Amino acid sequence: MIDFEKVKQKVGDTEITIGAVLESKGSTSNTKTGAWRSMRPIVDKEKCTGCGICWSLCPEGCIKKGDDEKFEADLDYCKGCLICVNECPQKAITAVAEEK
Amino acid sequence: MAILGLPEEEYFAPGHRACAGCGAGIAMRLITKAAGKNSILTESTGCIEVVSTPYPETAWRLPWVHGAFENPASIASGICAALKALGKEDEINVIAFGGDGSTYDIGFGYLSGAFERGHNFTYVCYDNEAYMNTGIQRSGSTPYGASTTTSPAGKESIGKEEWKKDIMHIIAAHGSPYVASASIAYVQDAFRKLKTAIETKGPTFVNLFAPCPTGWRFQGEKTVEIAKLAVETGVTPLYEIINGKHKINRPNDVSKLNPVEEYLQTQGRYRHLFKPERKDKEIEFIQNRIKENLSLLLEMAEKGF
Repeated sequence: MIDFEKVKQKVGDTEITIGAVLESKGSTSNTKTGAWRSMRPIVDKEKCTGCGICWSLCPEGCIKKGDDEKFEADLDYCKGCLICVNECPQKAITAVAEEK
Repeated sequence: MAILGLPEEEYFAPGHRACAGCGAGIAMRLITKAAGKNSILTESTGCIEVVSTPYPETAWRLPWVHGAFENPASIASGICAALKALGKEDEINVIAFGGDGSTYDIGFGYLSGAFERGHNFTYVCYDNEAYMNTGIQRSGSTPYGASTTTSPAGKESIGKEEWKKDIMHIIAAHGSPYVASASIAYVQDAFRKLKTAIETKGPTFVNLFAPCPTGWRFQGEKTVEIAKLAVETGVTPLYEIINGKHKINRPNDVSKLNPVEEYLQTQGRYRHLFKPERKDKEIEFIQNRIKENLSLLLEMAEKGF
């Protein structure tokens, strides 16, 4: 394993890692891409059968299964592409405009 | 745990900077799910490299190496050699991937070399049919008639004038034991093919069709719908070449194909084929060639080739 503290180097005021090595831990999740969204997917929990098709087709991988076995997008990351709205076989997801 | 037969674990983290509705984003989730924890990934320059690693962040939860545009297959070769030296080649999956620009064009020689040397790795091309990251330039994978910035449609041009390169058979000709075409619209089929490719010993290849809303000019919500249409119209037939023998998944009847216009009309890159007036000759040419291609594939499968 790489000791990430040892591969740090100061360049000017910034500290970078040699060879731009980073720990593989999915740190893009520090950035909340939900701010990109202009439309928001809303799931009708009555209609959702929990099939998981929306989950499998989400480019963000931000749709999660809840304790009730139904699926919902994590709005911190959802960019509002609306593939889930388009692909839901139950038409259980609707798009609603984000308000300012 | 699994949903629809796919592992629930995510190795491609949210917060990556891909466009809303990115087909390649779905492709990455599928590739990493099929690869699993004991894998090393390597990737060429391209959209996914750029959007997945805005330094100092990374979307990867698996070891991932970025190389130059041409050499993911070469890096994979080196990783395979190192694993062999360590006696770990049966424990760790090596997966190289790149977009179609890297796979069909820039990295093609290196890819060919790695397949000729016969390393035990899987190469996946996420095929969005042009150089999207640099601004939609044509590649060897761009289909006939598509307008890109370097094959612009206009009075004297119908868009790209050459047919898409047949990468599947080129790779199969290297003697690869498993070559498959898959689509992000059929996730279970794609997952099975990726998994089979990874589990098959030797150099294996999957061409994973992934529409690009930005480059093809359509609304992001249509990504999967368009990928499905591409299969139903026969534009991207799903098939496998297993030890040199063809197996066609779908579509499997030329007479039942949806007309290709249904697919072409959904995308801005083909708009000039319909407006200001319909270009019957070009559409017919595309339609006929699609039918010929599928007929040939079905015939090869039937005759045991």
